[in-house]
Amino acid sequence: MKVLMFGWEFPPKILGGLAVASYGITKGLSLQGDVETTFCLPKPTGEEEKFLNIIGMNQVPIVWRDVDYNYLKSRLPNYTSPEQYYSFRDHIYADFSYMHVNDLGCMEFAGGYPKNLHEEINNYSIIAGVVARQQQFDIIHAHDWLTYPAGVHAKMVSGKPLCIHVHATDFDRSRGKVNPTVYSIEKDGMDHADCIMCVSELTRQTVIHQYHQDPRKCVAMHNAVYPLSQELQDIPRVEHPKEKVVTFLGRITMQKGPEYFVEAAALVLKRTRNIRFVMAGSGDMLDAMINLAAERGIADRFHFPGFQRGKQVYEAYKNSDVFVMPSVSEPFGIAPLEAMQCGTPSIISKQSGCGEILTNVIKVDYWDINAMADAMYSICTNPALFKYLQEEGKKEVDQITWEKVGLRHRAIYDELIRKNI
Amino acid sequence: MKTICLYFEIHQIIHLKRYRCFDIGRDHYYYDDYENERSITDIAERSYIPSLTTLIEMAKSNNGNFKVALSLSGVGLEQLEIYAPRVVELLHELNETGCCEFLCEPYSHGLSSLANEECFREDVDRMRLKIKQMFGKEPKVFRNSSLIYSNEIGAMVADMGFKGMLTEGAKHVLGWKSPHYLYHCAYNNKLKLLLRDFKLSDDISLRFNNSEWSEYPLFADKYIGWIADMPEEEQVINIFMELSALGISQPLSSNILEFLKALPICAKEKGITFSTPSEVIAKLKSVDQVDVPYPMSWVDEERDISCWLGNMMQREAFDKLYSVAERVHLCTDRRIKQDWSYMQASNNFRFMTTKNTGIWLNRGIYDSPFDAFTNYMNILGDFISRVNSLYPVEMDNEELNALLTTIKNQGEELEVLQKEIDKLQAKLAKVAPDAIKKEPAAKKTATAKKVTAKRATKAPAKKETE
Repeated sequence: MKVLMFGWEFPPKILGGLAVASYGITKGLSLQGDVETTFCLPKPTGEEEKFLNIIGMNQVPIVWRDVDYNYLKSRLPNYTSPEQYYSFRDHIYADFSYMHVNDLGCMEFAGGYPKNLHEEINNYSIIAGVVARQQQFDIIHAHDWLTYPAGVHAKMVSGKPLCIHVHATDFDRSRGKVNPTVYSIEKDGMDHADCIMCVSELTRQTVIHQYHQDPRKCVAMHNAVYPLSQELQDIPRVEHPKEKVVTFLGRITMQKGPEYFVEAAALVLKRTRNIRFVMAGSGDMLDAMINLAAERGIADRFHFPGFQRGKQVYEAYKNSDVFVMPSVSEPFGIAPLEAMQCGTPSIISKQSGCGEILTNVIKVDYWDINAMADAMYSICTNPALFKYLQEEGKKEVDQITWEKVGLRHRAIYDELIRKNI
Repeated sequence: MKTICLYFEIHQIIHLKRYRCFDIGRDHYYYDDYENERSITDIAERSYIPSLTTLIEMAKSNNGNFKVALSLSGVGLEQLEIYAPRVVELLHELNETGCCEFLCEPYSHGLSSLANEECFREDVDRMRLKIKQMFGKEPKVFRNSSLIYSNEIGAMVADMGFKGMLTEGAKHVLGWKSPHYLYHCAYNNKLKLLLRDFKLSDDISLRFNNSEWSEYPLFADKYIGWIADMPEEEQVINIFMELSALGISQPLSSNILEFLKALPICAKEKGITFSTPSEVIAKLKSVDQVDVPYPMSWVDEERDISCWLGNMMQREAFDKLYSVAERVHLCTDRRIKQDWSYMQASNNFRFMTTKNTGIWLNRGIYDSPFDAFTNYMNILGDFISRVNSLYPVEMDNEELNALLTTIKNQGEELEVLQKEIDKLQAKLAKVAPDAIKKEPAAKKTATAKKVTAKRATKAPAKKETE
């Protein structure tokens, strides 16, 4: 079975949870043995793992240029062969010479989430038309709204079933004040999809009620975690006999509910001074949070180490006694699972999708700062609770594997292909 | 001749309120009055009142052929007294029929039998006294909270002067033996044991209204037929359950009360009688001992104590609670004693269970075991600091006990001396009616004596503060 997948992020370049999820899903599929995945990325780094075919959209020509073989060889990165380039060139389907293209007839991508994101999304879908004409595949899988237009385009061209993967909706990102452009792209993608995979039941309900989708084609497909590499496992856990550390780790934006963390911290610090709070990450609410912490008079116990990358993230988990994710609306939220892998008990908001598959975490409403503070205090002061959550949490999260998720994907693909014939 | 020993338990906990860590040290009232009133009135109306009315009716209409045993937990009774006095009236009415025996159980419905002997004895004695005061008869048979039993507990109970004890007829303990005989405790053969027939008990309390059950619908003649078909030598069938099984676990709409009413009539036809536990103990001889090295109970499939002490959190809460048991035992502060009873209730630990039994567990206000643990530990934190503030923490319990005894003894001594003074004064007044003149002198001697007495009390008090 061949899957054509459209994605925006892929490790090693990690900008958010999307990259991790894309990796897990493709890895889970590759473990099925007979699933071949072709993954389209706007701008690959060339250091992606080789268990799947990567297509760099910035190397797919949309305007016919007569390029010499040897020149191509020097121009293209090693994962794209000149033969592949010529094959793509044979499938150019319209005149795009008015577009801004380079000497190879390709469009450049900034990668990530630049200011002209909507333009890049559009370009991406134009290129997808070429890819869909050139590639042979049985099913199309598009991750998140950025790639929905590409997925829809590919479906139009090929007539193959389209499966879209909702990692988040604009309702989650904006606390209900949706951007109409984004909403229309999302809605259009969903309307054209044959199957909508949502990362949680919570998201599924949003898709059904806010995007008016048929519940029969929406399935909850929970994420999983990849086992920690030996290097990460070897990071020692830091014990804090005197001062406990409570950590928030994520983008400091409205969606993640950082202000509730600060307020809860202020409540805990009224009771005891033996706890330190760490708010790691960056985002548009960082300054506001620094102000809030100062206003509450807890700045001496409150730390902002900034954005954490790669190994630092795991060091932060292992250096914590409690991990808190007070998200206002979290479609899935992979962070608590990672924290649990590191042996750190987690407190999550009931509005987080991952709560649907976790039992050994403490769940509170994001707005209930009293309950949140109480839970933080309890884990910090009761070794039995800490130990129980640590041990049972680890056991539980080790059972949540991408391989099982891959199996479910496979079953859905089979079903879609059977229906399409 | 076969006999049925029917027994019901009445227990409802005092619900703890939502208690945050910020409340520690500020708020010493731990209970959710609204929930307590709501739940107890609900249960009383839906279960206790109709069931007890039926039992009274059965006692009256069967001319003494129907017997039943009941036990109450102290905390449950307190709530009934406050919120549902009608139930207490019915209990008295049932008692007056003479067909009902009241058993004793720990006042708190707690797990003290597994933790601290003194505390357990205090708990039991308190309930024993209460039952005697209420129903005029000292209970002779004991049932532990949730029928928890082990050899050691049996020995303790026997030592307290009970003649019999109810417990579970757990398969893993009995093996090939049948629960339909009278047994005795392995450590003390004076304590007789009545073992619950869990199959017949659960047929009523768990399965009666389950339409998927192969025996559904269950009628009294069929049920009595099962008992009649048992081998002739098996003489006592112990059917124990919570009273709330009638009406709450099995709704009244299932006609469970009609079923109950028909039982004595069908039993009479087959020549089966009803007996109270005391009658069984008096009538039958024990056939063998039951050896229970590890505690068992009537809860869950495992019939052990894992639903209260199965995980780390539960054990931590349990250990913390009983770490102050001795102090609480020594103290005389009534509010602390009261909170102590309420906090011991085993249900508080049950809320923290992480066992997946497949049967839905009502966790009250808590939405997870962690939530239950956090709330309980917050309250316990406050309670322990209150207990610790009574007497200096550095002092050894033994030393404290010795001092308290000294103080108490001296207090008693003072009383005796005071009485003597009064007596002497009265004598003096009699012997010398003209003592009016001398009285000031007599008074002087009295005050002098008092001063010395005061010195005597001061000395140990000083010692204590040191």
